[in-house]
Amino acid sequence: MHLAYPAVLAALLFSVGVYGVLARRNVVLVLMSVELMLNAVNLDLVAFDAWLRDSLHAGQALTLFVITVAAAEIGLGLAIVLLVFRTRGTADIDRITALGDPAEAAQAPAAADTLKGRAAA
Amino acid sequence: MNLALPVLVPALPALGAAATFATGRRAPGFARPLAILPVAASAVLALVVALQLGTGQVLEAATRLTPTGGPEISLAIQLDGYTSVITVLVGLVATCVQVYSTAYLKDDPRYPSYAALVSLFTAAMFVVVYSGDLIVLLVGWEVMGICSYFLIGHHWETADARSASLKAFLVTKLGDVPFVFGIFLLGADAGSFRISDVLSAAGHGQLGHPTLTALLLLAGVAGKSAQFPLHTWLPDAMAGPTPVSALIHAATMVAAGIYLVARLLPVFLLSGAALIVLAVMAAVTMIGSALCALAQDDLKRVLAYSTVGQLGYMAGALASGDREASVFHLVSHGAFKALLFLAAGVVIHAAHTNSISAMSRMPGLRRRVPDAYWTTGIALVALVGLPPFSGFFSKEAVLTAAEHAATGEAITNGVGPASAVPATAGWIVLVAACLTALITAAYATRLWLVAFHTPAAVPPAAPAPAPTGAEPGAPYSPEVDEADPATAEPSAMRWPLWVLAVPTMGFGIAGVRTDWLPALLDGGSLRPTPVTAVIGTGLAVAGILIAWAAWRSGTARVTAARLAAGRPLGPTAEGRVPGGATTPPAEQPPADPGRTLLGPLFGPARHGFGVDRLYTALFVRPAGAAAKLVRFLDREVVETYVRGTGLGAQLLGRAVRLAQTGNAQTYLSALLAGVVLLAVWAAV
Amino acid sequence: MSVLFAAAGPLEPAARSFLSPTGVEIVFLLVGVAVLGSALVAVTTKQLVHAALWLVVALGGLAVEFLLLTAEFIAWVQVLIYLGSVVVLVLFGLMLTKAPIGRSPDADSGNRWVALVVALAAAGTLVTLMVDAFRSAWIDLGAGGGSTQATGTSLFRHWVLPFEALSVLLLAALVGAVVLSRGGGRGTAPAPRAGRLRAGKPVGTPGRAVPPPQAGPDAGAPKPADPAPAASTTPPQER
Repeated sequence: MHLAYPAVLAALLFSVGVYGVLARRNVVLVLMSVELMLNAVNLDLVAFDAWLRDSLHAGQALTLFVITVAAAEIGLGLAIVLLVFRTRGTADIDRITALGDPAEAAQAPAAADTLKGRAAA
Repeated sequence: MNLALPVLVPALPALGAAATFATGRRAPGFARPLAILPVAASAVLALVVALQLGTGQVLEAATRLTPTGGPEISLAIQLDGYTSVITVLVGLVATCVQVYSTAYLKDDPRYPSYAALVSLFTAAMFVVVYSGDLIVLLVGWEVMGICSYFLIGHHWETADARSASLKAFLVTKLGDVPFVFGIFLLGADAGSFRISDVLSAAGHGQLGHPTLTALLLLAGVAGKSAQFPLHTWLPDAMAGPTPVSALIHAATMVAAGIYLVARLLPVFLLSGAALIVLAVMAAVTMIGSALCALAQDDLKRVLAYSTVGQLGYMAGALASGDREASVFHLVSHGAFKALLFLAAGVVIHAAHTNSISAMSRMPGLRRRVPDAYWTTGIALVALVGLPPFSGFFSKEAVLTAAEHAATGEAITNGVGPASAVPATAGWIVLVAACLTALITAAYATRLWLVAFHTPAAVPPAAPAPAPTGAEPGAPYSPEVDEADPATAEPSAMRWPLWVLAVPTMGFGIAGVRTDWLPALLDGGSLRPTPVTAVIGTGLAVAGILIAWAAWRSGTARVTAARLAAGRPLGPTAEGRVPGGATTPPAEQPPADPGRTLLGPLFGPARHGFGVDRLYTALFVRPAGAAAKLVRFLDREVVETYVRGTGLGAQLLGRAVRLAQTGNAQTYLSALLAGVVLLAVWAAV
Repeated sequence: MSVLFAAAGPLEPAARSFLSPTGVEIVFLLVGVAVLGSALVAVTTKQLVHAALWLVVALGGLAVEFLLLTAEFIAWVQVLIYLGSVVVLVLFGLMLTKAPIGRSPDADSGNRWVALVVALAAAGTLVTLMVDAFRSAWIDLGAGGGSTQATGTSLFRHWVLPFEALSVLLLAALVGAVVLSRGGGRGTAPAPRAGRLRAGKPVGTPGRAVPPPQAGPDAGAPKPADPAPAASTTPPQER
């Protein structure tokens, strides 16, 4: 089998994940997109393992590790999301902007309002 | 001779000044002894040094100050008869002024700094006189200038004093810049800044540019000694306290320029052109300032213009090649002009005004200040030049020198060839000096008569001369406030007058015999020749008579007018002349012979012939406009750039701040886009 | 890269053409299209729960791809862990954060167009790179390369230490998740940090499909004593 097929598929899948991470509003969906990206990497790892056939089976072993780490990550990530949701009342990533520059909002409330309006739209 | 003595002469007042500066604020009680004692001690030392040096001796000592790679600068003293005479004069006047100031500025809160500055000035003057090195001389010269600046601005609360001090500083510095270059030129040509080396180089014809050097030096001399183009600061400098005017602006500092030319006369003798320039300068200064003095109403300004004119005499003597006569007149003028100023201070103290026309309305003024009255008379007679007062002898010496120069037999006393002095210079000086003698006599008489002898305008029964008697806008010195009529003449102000009156009356005799004063100087004769004596005295007497006649007729007219004005005061007056009848007699124009004598010239002369206005138009306005332009460039153009950078940074910061939304997705988008861009860039 | 090529053995580029695909390749491509399509739907759909379900399709398809690449053990792990647990966790997360059932018009943030540009640029770059680099690389699919036995052997022979370290990591993640989701120690304040966090935005903006937390402590908080509802009962302070 041509290595190009799994490689290109992985690349496209990764890009889809990137889009999801950057475009989704709900944090849970963002986490899902991260899973997509991880899986794209897994596909690459497996494909290259099958291509190289090294004695350590490094690709497959790393895939297993990635899957494990992904499981841990999704567990922790969801816990954090739940905590944020409980404290802030929302799971929308563009509403959790406490680390932004508050002076800007105070200084130019009009600008902040337009920002907020755009975010709400 | 012990070298420590001449060194101590300038050192003592300098130390006194430092001590006064250090203790003046904390222990004001020490200010008076610290002001008087060092100056008096250095005056005594100066006398001792002069006596030890004797006549015809020259003492030179030098130590190298610093290696410069070029002409060397050395800490040199050079003592001869000239320095002896002038230091004794400076010490005497400075001591008198310090003693006088203790009473004159008794209640002044800034007395310590004043006294320290006067002491420092005295030290600087001693340095200038004793110095054998031109650079060291320049240091003393500039220290004098800055002291003069501070002392003129002593009453810095008044705008007059502030602007006058600034004007004095700027005008003298204007002259000092070419002066410095003249010194550099001398040093470069002679290979040394030592005066003796310069003079020997001049004697051997090694100076490459004598005319240029002399003209550059003359600019500094004109600034310091208030000669014609740069004389305008001196009348304004009268805004300072009167003792300062006596010391700095009459007796010593303004004479420093004359002294310097006398010292470097061989250099000037190398250039006939420079001597003619000096002669023209002196002539214009003499006549113009005498005319101005005739028109002034402010007592101190009369004296200031008179000082300018007498300095013109000295410069004229130098232009005639006779430095002996010049220094002779310098010393006698220093004594009688200091006396005039100090006496004027007493009068102002008592009269509460500077205006002589206001004084003329004060009854009994001369009875309240008898010492000042008599000493003013003595000094004025000396100024006019009547025998046997000192002014007569010194002025005759100047006239004799000019006469000899005019006939081509200049008295140079071996300093240079007689042919070095152009006859033109002699003629210019001679004519101007004769004319000035006439006008000087006129304005001295006018001053004396108007200030003290105007018939009483109000009955003597009203003894209290109210300060409101002064004309509105009349010049008024703030330091006279504390005077009360009972102590119009404190003893500390009285006896310096008589001390100075002695040389005013007697110093002239010193020039009569060749082995007295001339032996100390160059050895030439200072005895007046009969022709000039008769001409000079005759002109003086003529001036006095003319002024007296004008005053008499003026007084008679005023009295008649007053009688005429007094008649309508009767019971029928009200219906006829309601406005004019109520004019009090004190408002009548005083009988001013100056107005009569000068005629149409009176107005311009009163304002210094508009030289100030001319300078304002020529220099002050363009400078002000340039300053405004620079201010505009700085405020609007440069500042815009500065503000623009700040604004740019601020705007950039605001823009960057906009990116700081707190939205993690935005950050991540930028990060990933950056990664992609970097990858593409690295690959391509 | 040259090392990789050297290790890859003979490439025989002339023998393989993209125009004469083998059967495995055809299957791989078909499944790949399905994976890609379902992934695209998962990141673009407006229905949040559907997104999770489409994710299941994509991940399952990937498991098939793993099988096709002879990594059978990983394929089953994928099915077990991803399909079995991760997606379930995601669904729980959606549920606990009160994700709306049905179409939600604001599922995508305002960053969408930027995201599209960045994703397309990344895709273009990566695909260009991959095609350029591995145009002629050929995977010799022999059986048994990814069998359970082979994987287990290598895992426990060569990768024991990372494996154990990973188990510690999992434990830490477990503990962390528990601590985080419980909201702190029992009884003590689970740190709803004073004022600012709570008052930063009014809780439960009107117009949002998400019901405000005042709806009931039972939905979002395991314990009635949880301070978050208690905090939210205080009137939201205005800025």
